[in-house]
Amino acid sequence: MIRRLLLLVVLLAALPVGAQEKFIVVASTTSTEQSGLFGYLLPVFQKKTGIQVRVVALGTGQALDLARRGDADVVFVHARSAEEKFLAEGHGVRRFDVMYNDFVLIGPKTDSAKISGGRDILDALKKIKAASAPFVSRGDKSGTHMAELDLWKLAGIDITNEKGPWYRDTGQGMGPALNTAAAMNAYILADRGTWISFKNRGELAIAVEGDKRLFNQYGVMLVNPAKHPNVKKDLGQAFVDWVISPEGQKTIAEYKIGGEQLFFPNAK
Amino acid sequence: MSNGVILPLRLAEVSFAAGGRTIIDRVSLEIGSGPSTIILGANGAGKSVLMRLMHGLLSPSSGRIDWNSPERPGAPRKQAMVFQRPVMLRRSAYANVAYALKIAGIPEPQRGALVRESLESVGLSHLARRSARVLSGGEQQRLALARAWALHPEVLFLDEPTASLDPSATREIESVIKAFDAAGTKVVMATHNLGQARRLGDEILFIDKGRLVERAPVEQFFSKPQSTQAAAFIKGELPWT
Amino acid sequence: MSEALTAALALLVGLDAKLIEIVLLSLRVSLSAVAIAALLGLPLGAAIAVGRFPGRQTVIVVLNALMGLPPVVVGLLVYLLLSRAGPLGALGILFTPSAMVVAQAILILPIIAALSRQAIEDAWREYEEQLRSLGAGRMNAALTLLWDTRFSLLTTILAGFGRAAAEVGAVMIVGGNIDGVTRVMTTTIALETSKGDLPLALGLGIILIAIVIAVNATAYLTKELAQRRYG
Repeated sequence: MIRRLLLLVVLLAALPVGAQEKFIVVASTTSTEQSGLFGYLLPVFQKKTGIQVRVVALGTGQALDLARRGDADVVFVHARSAEEKFLAEGHGVRRFDVMYNDFVLIGPKTDSAKISGGRDILDALKKIKAASAPFVSRGDKSGTHMAELDLWKLAGIDITNEKGPWYRDTGQGMGPALNTAAAMNAYILADRGTWISFKNRGELAIAVEGDKRLFNQYGVMLVNPAKHPNVKKDLGQAFVDWVISPEGQKTIAEYKIGGEQLFFPNAK
Repeated sequence: MSNGVILPLRLAEVSFAAGGRTIIDRVSLEIGSGPSTIILGANGAGKSVLMRLMHGLLSPSSGRIDWNSPERPGAPRKQAMVFQRPVMLRRSAYANVAYALKIAGIPEPQRGALVRESLESVGLSHLARRSARVLSGGEQQRLALARAWALHPEVLFLDEPTASLDPSATREIESVIKAFDAAGTKVVMATHNLGQARRLGDEILFIDKGRLVERAPVEQFFSKPQSTQAAAFIKGELPWT
Repeated sequence: MSEALTAALALLVGLDAKLIEIVLLSLRVSLSAVAIAALLGLPLGAAIAVGRFPGRQTVIVVLNALMGLPPVVVGLLVYLLLSRAGPLGALGILFTPSAMVVAQAILILPIIAALSRQAIEDAWREYEEQLRSLGAGRMNAALTLLWDTRFSLLTTILAGFGRAAAEVGAVMIVGGNIDGVTRVMTTTIALETSKGDLPLALGLGIILIAIVIAVNATAYLTKELAQRRYG
């Protein structure tokens, strides 16, 4: 009885859907979306192919989980090891490098850890811990979060066990986490794209950048139609092919904020 | 008008208890067509409950209630009831009467004439389009009568219909009831008002503490009450008649 | 802040296209949801109000409790239903406005059913004897009362609409907040605020508050007018 009622509600609601244009669902990350890249890139793709790309923006971990449940056609994220795992589980067809950007360490002008202007991220993290300077972590299984955890490990710090009240694990996306950091005058690891388009900076500025270890690689994968038959494999493949094509790569490079290029195409 | 199809009504050893109290205590009586019957008694004697038992709104705890021929469910009702406080729907006076006809299954084309006739008979034709719930107490009670009358019932039950009304409204209601009585409808009315009982009734059924204590034609009841309770009641109420 | 406010007002006055698109989608989703919830919830409330069946009191208590369903929980449950991995995945409506309509309809169905149940039960207490005296069966009575309490029911429907228009948890999860497709007022406010980009968020916030006030004012005026006209 309940099931019939539920089905009735769903059917009634499905009515106003109307004309179904060609579209795919791409699971991506909040940082990529909030950088504004998709707003620039997707209309070009749509104009060329007539395919509408619907981006569901979540943390990298959540995006991959979404695809594991078959709710996306393509994934476009930036966490190499998680992507490889996804592939190994059989959920993806093949992984392609698309572009990279970098992370930057943001910090308050007051700079209690005295790291501003540095180029060594590991050294900076050690100093932050030593000074017990407030540090905001995304804590949400995102690509940025995983990169942050990797860096602590490289710096020889077991952050899970060695953290103190200065380490604020917020469980939020990049934007909200930056808001929190601005409000607390804390250090935070962010991707350059979100930082450039972030407006609510308060007293924050870039403290450390340019370290090769801050390199952030993006990958794209078609969700495996063998495992998820509902995947729109032709449309999805068209998207994957395009972003790694010379035209797609050129469009990515063209995207700038305030004259500054955000992403660097590196498909092979 | 009354062809006695559902009358006479017979109650046999009917009792009704609620909340641990006996409200109607082994009442047996027969109500036939013809003279208007007044159910008389003090407040709390059980008149309202007795009326509702007869009308069918309540079921007896024990005993039997039988009409001459039982009403078929779904067929238009041959008995109607007017309550102490009129209950009107949020519609016009006209629509309230039409509603009763609709429930009875009277086809739409026939309803208009019946509604107009009913409203005319209670003098409310000029208020037909007015919203029923904003009418005065007396007007609403007349409307209730019109609604009850619209189906030309055999029996019209009235439960203290003027208890909440002022004297002039009371007079209006009483004249309508008298007119229905004259037209042949069996009137069964509960009241504690002696003067009203005298004005409208042909016979009195006197109820005291849930028991039928005395039954007599109206003049005989008032001039020569047979029971002590009736005598006391008449005496007690007299200053206020 | 005042800079953002000025920019917000500029968007409103200039009828910014993006803003209009978002507002229209929000209205479309919430109005559809409330229509479905009313279609199902009003008869349900009426049936419970005049019906007599074992377990009736439990049903009423549960229905009242469901009014407080957290939107984000409803969102989660509907997501699990509509996900490809879930029972109704084949419908393919996840991340479309239809999914948002479903989620909101489920969210406000208990509100409409419970409140209409209360209104009709109160009316039934007043009318029961009279309606039974006229020979109306339970079904007839329920329909009659649905119409008779129409002004209270309109207020109930407005309450449901207000709740739907103001929630963000359910539509965020089942809609995915996709730009141009499933982005409504509440999810846009959440997104823009998190980006630190306030003008659009403020503009939408002003409209949302205006809608809530308008809904409440309509409910109040309806009650007043009805009382005066119909008693």
